[in-house]
Parts: sequence; structure tokens; C-alpha cells
Amino acid sequence: MKKYLLKRVGYMALTLFLVATITFFLMKMMPGSPYANEAKMSATQIKIMNEQYGLDKPVWQQYLIYLFGMLHGDLGTSFQYSNQPVSALIGNRIGASMQLGLQAMIFGVFFGIIIGAIAAIKHNTWADTGATVLAIIGKSVPNFVLAILLQYYIGLKLGWFPLAGWGDFSHTIMPTIALGVGPLAETARFIRTSMVEVLSSDYIELAKSKGLSRFEVVYHHALRNSLIPLVTLLGPYTVSLMTGSMVIENIFNIPGIGEQFVKSIMTNDYPTIMGVTMLFSAGLVVVILITDIIYSIIDPRIRLEGKKG
Amino acid sequence: MEEKLQLSPDSFEALPKANTADNEKIAAPSLTFAQDVWMRLKKNKGAVISLFVIIIMMVIAFGSTPFINNDTLVKSQPQYANLPAKIPGLDAINGFNGKIKQGGVWVDAYAQNNVPKDKAFWLGTDYLGRSLAQRIIYGTKISLIVALVATFFDLTIGVTYGIISGWKGGKVDNVMQRIIEVISSVPNLVIVVLMLVALSPGMKSIILAIAISSWTTMARMIRAETLSLKTQEYVLAARTLGESPAKIAWKHLVPNLSSIIIIQTMYTIPSAIFFEAFLSFIGIGISAPETSLGVLLNEGQKNFQFLPYQMWYPAIVLCILMIAFNLLGDGLRDAFDPKTRR
Repeated sequence: MKKYLLKRVGYMALTLFLVATITFFLMKMMPGSPYANEAKMSATQIKIMNEQYGLDKPVWQQYLIYLFGMLHGDLGTSFQYSNQPVSALIGNRIGASMQLGLQAMIFGVFFGIIIGAIAAIKHNTWADTGATVLAIIGKSVPNFVLAILLQYYIGLKLGWFPLAGWGDFSHTIMPTIALGVGPLAETARFIRTSMVEVLSSDYIELAKSKGLSRFEVVYHHALRNSLIPLVTLLGPYTVSLMTGSMVIENIFNIPGIGEQFVKSIMTNDYPTIMGVTMLFSAGLVVVILITDIIYSIIDPRIRLEGKKG
Repeated sequence: MEEKLQLSPDSFEALPKANTADNEKIAAPSLTFAQDVWMRLKKNKGAVISLFVIIIMMVIAFGSTPFINNDTLVKSQPQYANLPAKIPGLDAINGFNGKIKQGGVWVDAYAQNNVPKDKAFWLGTDYLGRSLAQRIIYGTKISLIVALVATFFDLTIGVTYGIISGWKGGKVDNVMQRIIEVISSVPNLVIVVLMLVALSPGMKSIILAIAISSWTTMARMIRAETLSLKTQEYVLAARTLGESPAKIAWKHLVPNLSSIIIIQTMYTIPSAIFFEAFLSFIGIGISAPETSLGVLLNEGQKNFQFLPYQMWYPAIVLCILMIAFNLLGDGLRDAFDPKTRR
């Protein structure tokens, strides 16, 4: 186990190193300059600015400085906000994104399990059809379209929740729903398939013949065993939440990482783009590792030492 | 004791031929794999309807090329700006008769703007007076082209990579899998965004970016299947006969991988359509004067409060497209693998 973990962490470090390198050189290829009114600046001014941001040094030196800084948690200085370190910029914004992401995941998984379980129990009835249709729609309707519709019809027309911004819990409800519908649909489909399989297995027959109530059979025996494979969806959920945050945070004007990322792209703010990319990649790599560990804990049949499933 | 039966050929009577069941005969005609799949797919109503919807949308989108081109699209007619939908014959239905709600009252926007009587925009116009119907058809075409070309690259790269990785095995496989691991530990969208930032935004960059980031799933599945296929006897036979690996891959592996390839493609297309719409929506994808469903959504969203139809129509088209591809993908998956069917 220990050896396996060490190996995995080693690969993680290698992955992140490669990501950092590729991102760095891609950013160097980027067209445009970080200075908004470069045309008006004299050559001396540009030179001074370049010196200040370390852009005057040769590329390989910039690269080494960047890598070295990253090891110390220094992601460079944002071009967009004068002299604000990227790590502080991200630090200020990560809270909102994390809260939103967690809420969306809880919302999606919770309701996804309920809908998926109902569909499986009422297999081949109208409830099943309804749940399947709901899941397909949830999977197909882009979350930004849903977000705009929610914002307009629930926020503006009905006035139930604040339209945009970040403050108390009521601000988070609509973005959470918009972000969480994707995971919800995915969970519902997954649970339905896995539970239909479990419900036809021998131990469910045994539980039924023992005279257990329907609820007990479903809750204690069927649901628990269908939940195990759900853990594998943790990675895809994270990806979908990171992706979603870019546009949902923009629509609802939430000061999070995704909103910052889009802003940085628009303003050619390389250090912030690189910082957020590293953060997203690191987050995903860690989530994938955690998934594998959790999976081996809940299902002892899966050994970490063996080939990865 | 001995009594001989007197039997002449006349004592026998032949039974009519039809009465004897021929046990050797196979009742149903033998089906090829493709026919079998098609038969199962036909039973899935959702998938068949989706297939027709997709075909119709493709025919309209690509068939429109001679009529709707860049020139008709960029020509603005400010006198017709922001007109709602008007379909001749649907005068009774508000929303399709050229009327729009202003301050709670339905007003005839066409009369207000002195539009000639015979002029009717089926889905209304945008803020520059350009026909929304034309723009949606053109946008659908662009979205479909992006998705199809990106999927084609995804197919070729993913399948080739997967087969090579699975076929070679050992060290090569190990290195190739590590590469996939690195690529897939960066969220796809981040790769796409980085590519778009490094290249100049536009259709080519979007296609390239989606193609680069989305082939890993395909490669993984193909590799896993190749690993099991290459131990099969027929592959062994082909190898023993000295067939070249490329020919084995093409003649023996690809046909046997076809179901995985088709199903995976069916899921790649909607995700490519989504990426394109997403990127254009946040403003780093296709941008004006070019148009796509994402661009239309982005434009419509700005005026959603007052001119909701400008976002609703492209949104509906996009959703129908996504739902159709997803349903067809599910249908094909069930048809190719009847075991999963429930």
C-alpha cells in the first residue's frame, strides 16, 4: 500500500511538472501583449515594464524562475491587478468556488441517487420513463442555458432568489442548481443501471424472503451496494464542476476561480492563467488519487497493489 | 408359420412433402452483424426518432449552403432590427404573428416599424435586422462541422493510438498510457482554453483544440479491447502467416472494434457541440461576424429580458441536437451490446 501510494504520488508530481512546462511554453506562444495600451508606450516604458515582470530575461530563465517559484507556492505576479501575487488572487477566490462546487456536488448526488433509485425500483413504469427523460434532458441541456433561464424566470420573474452576486446562502441556490444538474443526471443514470442489476441478485431475493420490509430491502441491501461504483464518478464530477464554474460564475457574477480564469484569458494575464491551470490540474489529480483510495476501502475486493481498474 | 407379407410398391403412399418439417432448415434468415444491430435499433423509438431528427437537421444545415452564405449573413438591415417571429398563416398565435409583449401588452412590432406587409421573418431578426432563422441554420451548420471534424480527428488519433498501444504492449504501452494519464489529468476544457489562447481564436483552432483534448477516452477503450483481441486465434493465425501488423489492424482489429468506435463517436459529437457552444458563449470561441449556436446564444442572452425569442430559438435547436445525439448514442450502445439492454 505504502509503495503503491509513493509511486502514485511520484506520477502525480511528474504529471504536474509536465502540465506546468506545457502551460508555460503555450503561454509564451500566446499572441498579444499583456499591456493594454502598448501602442502608446515608448520603448523605454515597455523595457521597464518587461524588467518589472521579468519578461526581459531569456525564456529558459523565466521558465526556471517560474518552476522554482512554484515549489515555494509562488505563482508569480498577476499582470491584471498591479503587483498582486497570483497565489493571493486565487486564495481570495477559492472559497466561493469550493463552496459552490461542494454544494452542487451534494445537490447533484443526493437527488441523482433518489431519482435513479426510484427509476430502478419502479423499473419499466412511467416513473422510470420520467426519470430517464429527466436524466437525458439534464445531460443534454447545457448548464449555461439552464443558468440563464433560472436567472430570468426564477430570479427576475418570481423574485425568489437574488439575481447575481455573492453573499448569503440564498445567492448560492440558483448557481448550485445550474452546476449540479449535470452531476445529477449522470448520477441518476448510473444508479439506475447499477441498482437494476443489484435488485435482481440473489441476496436481494434472500432479504425479501426473510420478510424484510420493502424499505429495508432497498435501503440496507440494494442502495448500499449500488452506491459503491458511484465513487468512480468523483473525477468526472470534479471536471464538470470546474468546467461549469467558468461560465456559471460569470453568469451569476460570483467572485470565484472560474470567473477569474475567463477574465484572465480576456486580458492576457499569463501568470494567472498558468496558476489556475495548475490549480485545476492539481485538484483533479488529487481527486483521482482519493477516488482510488476510497474505492479500495469500501470495496476490499479491489486491491491497490494490483492493476488499476 | 412363415407368412410373407405381400407388398407391392403400390402399397406405399408418399406423404406430401410439405408435411415433413425439415429440421436442418434455419427458420429465420441469417443476419449480418450490421443488420442485427439495425433490427435492435429500430425497436428503440427514441433512437429512431433521434436519427431522423439528426438527418433532417443535417440536410437543412448543409443543404442551405447555396442560399445562406457569409454575404447574406453579414448584411445588416437596421430598419428590420429586433423583429419578433412572424410565420404567415399563424396570425392567431401570439409570438408567431409578429407581435411582441411590451409592458404586458402584445404589440405588432412589424406595424410599429413600418415593415412592408409581405415581409415576414419566421424566427424574427436580431439587433442588426438579420434573419434569425438563417443565422440559426448557418450556426447549426458551423456547430455540426466543428463537431464532425473534431470527431473525425478524435477517431483517427484515438483509434490509432489505442491500437498501437494495445498491440505493442510492454514498454511502449506503458509510456503511451502514462502520456494519456498526464493529458487526462488536466480538465479537457482547460486544454481547449489553453490551445485557443495560444492559437488565434476561430473555427480551425476550436476544431484542433477539441481534437487534441478529447481522444484519450477513445484511445483507452480501444487499447483495452485490442489487448484482448490480439490473443484471439484468428489474429494469431494472421501473424503466423506473416501478415503485416498494419494489415492485421485494418483487416481484423478495426472491424471487431467497430461497435466501440461507433458508440464512442456518438458520445464525442454532443460533447464537441457543447464545447463549441460553451467557448463561443464565453467569448473565446467563434466570434462575429462568423456565427454558431454558441455565438447566437451569447448575443441572445444580452437582450433576454426584452427579446427572449433571440435566445430561446438557438437554445432550443442546441438542446434538440444534444438530446438527439445522446439518445442515439444510448440506442446504439444497447443495440450493439444487447446484454446491457434492460
